[in-house]
Amino acid sequence: MTRPPRPPKQRGLAFRLALFILASTSLIFLAAFGYNYYYSRQLVLKGVREVAMQMVQTTVLRIESKLRAVETPPRMVAMHLESKPITDDLLLPLMHDMVASTPAIFGAAAAFEPHAFDSAIRFHAPYFFHAEDGKVAFTQLGSKAYNYFLWDWYLIPKELDRPVWSEPYFDDGGGGILMSTYSHPFYDRSAGRRQFRGVVTADISLEELVAEIDKISLYDTGYAFLISRSGAFLAHPDKERIMRESVFSVAADDNRPELRAIGREMIGGRSGHAAFTSIHTGRRSLLAYAPVPAAGWSVGVMIPENELFADIWSLNRMVLAIAAAGFTLLLLVVVAISRSITRPLKKLVGATGEIARGNLDVALPVMNTGDEVQVLTRSVDEMRLALKEYIANITETSRAKERIESELKIARAIQMNFLPKHFPPFPEQSAFDLFAALEPAMEVGGDLYDFFMVDDRHLFFSVGDVSDKGVPAALFMAVTKTLMKGIVEQGLTPADVLARVNVELCQNNESAMFVTVACGMLDVATGELLYSNAGHNPPVLLRAGGVPEMLPMPPGLVLGAMEEAAFSTRTVWLGPDDRLLLYTDGVTEAMDAGQKLFSEERLLIEMAPLTTATPRRMVERLMAAVQAHAGDAAQSDDITILALHYKGVSEMAAKG
Amino acid sequence: MISIKIRTKAISGIAGMIAVCLLAILLGPTPAHAETLKPVTFLPQWSPQAQFAGYYVAEAKGFYKRRGLAVTILRGGPEQPAGDQLAAGQVDFGTLFLTEGIARRDQGTPLVNVGQIVQKSALMLVARKASGIRTPRDFNGRRVSVWEDFNLQPLAFFQRNNVDVTIVPQGYTLNLFLMGGVDAASAMWYNEYYAILNSGIDADEMNTFLLADHGLNFPEDGIYCREETLLRDPEMVRAFVQGSIEGWRHAFDHPEEALTIVMARVNAANLPTNRGHQKWMLARMGDIIRPAGGTAPMGTLTEAEFRFVAGQLRESGIIETIPDFLEFYDPTPSTP
Repeated sequence: MTRPPRPPKQRGLAFRLALFILASTSLIFLAAFGYNYYYSRQLVLKGVREVAMQMVQTTVLRIESKLRAVETPPRMVAMHLESKPITDDLLLPLMHDMVASTPAIFGAAAAFEPHAFDSAIRFHAPYFFHAEDGKVAFTQLGSKAYNYFLWDWYLIPKELDRPVWSEPYFDDGGGGILMSTYSHPFYDRSAGRRQFRGVVTADISLEELVAEIDKISLYDTGYAFLISRSGAFLAHPDKERIMRESVFSVAADDNRPELRAIGREMIGGRSGHAAFTSIHTGRRSLLAYAPVPAAGWSVGVMIPENELFADIWSLNRMVLAIAAAGFTLLLLVVVAISRSITRPLKKLVGATGEIARGNLDVALPVMNTGDEVQVLTRSVDEMRLALKEYIANITETSRAKERIESELKIARAIQMNFLPKHFPPFPEQSAFDLFAALEPAMEVGGDLYDFFMVDDRHLFFSVGDVSDKGVPAALFMAVTKTLMKGIVEQGLTPADVLARVNVELCQNNESAMFVTVACGMLDVATGELLYSNAGHNPPVLLRAGGVPEMLPMPPGLVLGAMEEAAFSTRTVWLGPDDRLLLYTDGVTEAMDAGQKLFSEERLLIEMAPLTTATPRRMVERLMAAVQAHAGDAAQSDDITILALHYKGVSEMAAKG
Repeated sequence: MISIKIRTKAISGIAGMIAVCLLAILLGPTPAHAETLKPVTFLPQWSPQAQFAGYYVAEAKGFYKRRGLAVTILRGGPEQPAGDQLAAGQVDFGTLFLTEGIARRDQGTPLVNVGQIVQKSALMLVARKASGIRTPRDFNGRRVSVWEDFNLQPLAFFQRNNVDVTIVPQGYTLNLFLMGGVDAASAMWYNEYYAILNSGIDADEMNTFLLADHGLNFPEDGIYCREETLLRDPEMVRAFVQGSIEGWRHAFDHPEEALTIVMARVNAANLPTNRGHQKWMLARMGDIIRPAGGTAPMGTLTEAEFRFVAGQLRESGIIETIPDFLEFYDPTPSTP
């Protein structure tokens, strides 16, 4: 028995189970984790956007209410100034009271067009303000050096024809206080016209607002900022930027077109959200912004994303920790389960190894697991028993087969040993030549041929075919041949020989075997051939220069069938170079793959070109033709051919 | 807002003097050398910015000191016009536009141009594309804000193009333009134009008309002193002009260093500007002080340019007679 090759070294089942289960579980977990992360991020983002926007709106509202509150007094004064003839007696108390009664107003002026208050004076702009000592102080604005007509607080409301909050500015005097001025134009409406006469202004300090915005903090480093109508920073945690930088200058310095785009949105009076990297903190941040309609400013709130998502991240860390613990547990469980599967399997592997080595009596481990392993164990056990039984059967069969084979060998030995095999058989004979061959089938068929000189002048030859096969046939053939030779020597005719052999064979022929025989006695001196037949195929006669023909045979029953069977002898005269061919039905009944017989017709055709050939050649050619006909089809019967070439006797020899 | 400013001027004046004294004590050269330095005052025509980078650099790098001058650069601005201060003899040197220099000469103030630093006019008209102004002809019937002090070029521009424009006085900011109060505004290429960009209006949203490119090149900043100063101490004048030219060269060759010097001035004055803006301004100053293709040495004023500008001034009635070129301009101090 050949040993199967050892299976290639592979990772154990436990390893693969753990790998595949953990890998697929990890995939599922990661997908769920990823979705959860994304979704919670969106939720947080939405929530934070709302919070940030609320913060922005609250801040906007606070600024708006502060600005609106300051807008009222100048508007009232402006209306007052339009309704009455203006004199200093009217104007100065009005302005004084406005400043005195409104602490939010740092200072206020009523600035007139050139010569509009008094045609003699170019500048007229009484200005009241809260002095450092807490009192309301007064001064006149306007001079060649301070031509207020060209200042924004005067020029812009005049040209735009509407009240305006100025761009915030640093007031140099009060230690760099950030201020903005509200200017309300008033008109001369006398005589149905509407002529610009001047503006009433109110200055406010933005410091308090800026401080409020500075105080806004969201999460750890979130901050708020305020920009003016032109994008300049009014409030920002980085004090260096205030009034020096604008959203746009920062965007240009840092080459950040997206910031410029956001800035344009903001000063365009729109509100919204944006995500970008803060230049101030250098972090990816969420920006919410909304306009301050009164002044055209815009409030923004920046929240660093990492702070927004800090909660998610701590949640995620926890989830990951739980997952890690879970995976460890899962790994242990998988290993335990796979061990419980592989332990009996390993035992089973040990047992099957024994079986593989040929020990079919090995005891398989006892299983009570009730699972596939138990089934497998039972199957292996059944296989073991089946193998055992099979091997026993095979031993038996092969023994029988060996015996049969040896019988066949014996039979073939008997058959072949009985046949004359020396050619040319009679080197001293010049009157004839003879050749014979027997191609035994796998199972010995019991063919026979024989020839011998009965005396100096007479050659006896025969071809026969025993009905059965194997050893009995071989023995029967041996008996027939021996009998025939013994009887021929008594000087009988071929018919008498057959008759005597028949009688001998019929006695004690319990196995009811029989044999067909064609035989002849040739007088080599004269060419007279006496021949007889016992149920055999007719020989082929090839006359010198003639066409092959079947030699007509006398009727005769097979030998060994009936004791009383009668045989007759016929005579034919062979001339010089006539040839005779005897054969068994192994020739004519040889079948090809299509079950087509070789046939007597074919035999005659094959013989035609051989009318001048030597007997050896005739036999060999015919044998080759039969084998060619049979092709791959198994030879089922012995093939026996005997060829005789009668050369005739020269005058010299005849006399001698 | 306003009264404070008036009080501040006095305070800052005193503070400035104290600061200058302190600086002189702290940073001044060795006492032995100090006696040889001539104290000189210089008033640029506007607040500290890169428009005057060359002078600040010359002062900071000691280019004046090396020439024997202790220059004090005063803070300019609308409340302290350089022309007036020069005329009144309050300062030794100042910068003025060529137009103002000629006008003052005509008005009888004996100011002399001792170095025409800026060769090319940076004055431009800026219009929003949305207003539909694309060509000079499109100004017809529009509201355009124009600085009263610099209205000569725009008016000539409108006249040349035969358009009727409503002139609105332009203040110290571009806010009126930004708020849509006018269709177009005057701007200095090196200053207001960039301020507009930094107020959120993109360059491709504007059409600009650089007046120098429309046949109206009025050379701008020149260094002026009174005639008597030049007569009394021509070496001192030459030292100042040469120091200033060296300052400009250094500023263009070392823009970052120059910007740092300018920003120190800007921050000391607490002005609402930033380094990016000043960087732009310095680069544009390079374009107008050393215009592409120009070969004349720094400080040169050609008679042709002088006559063109003076002719425009006379035509508009600002001056009566064109001053004598060689009386008005002395090339010696700026000649290398």
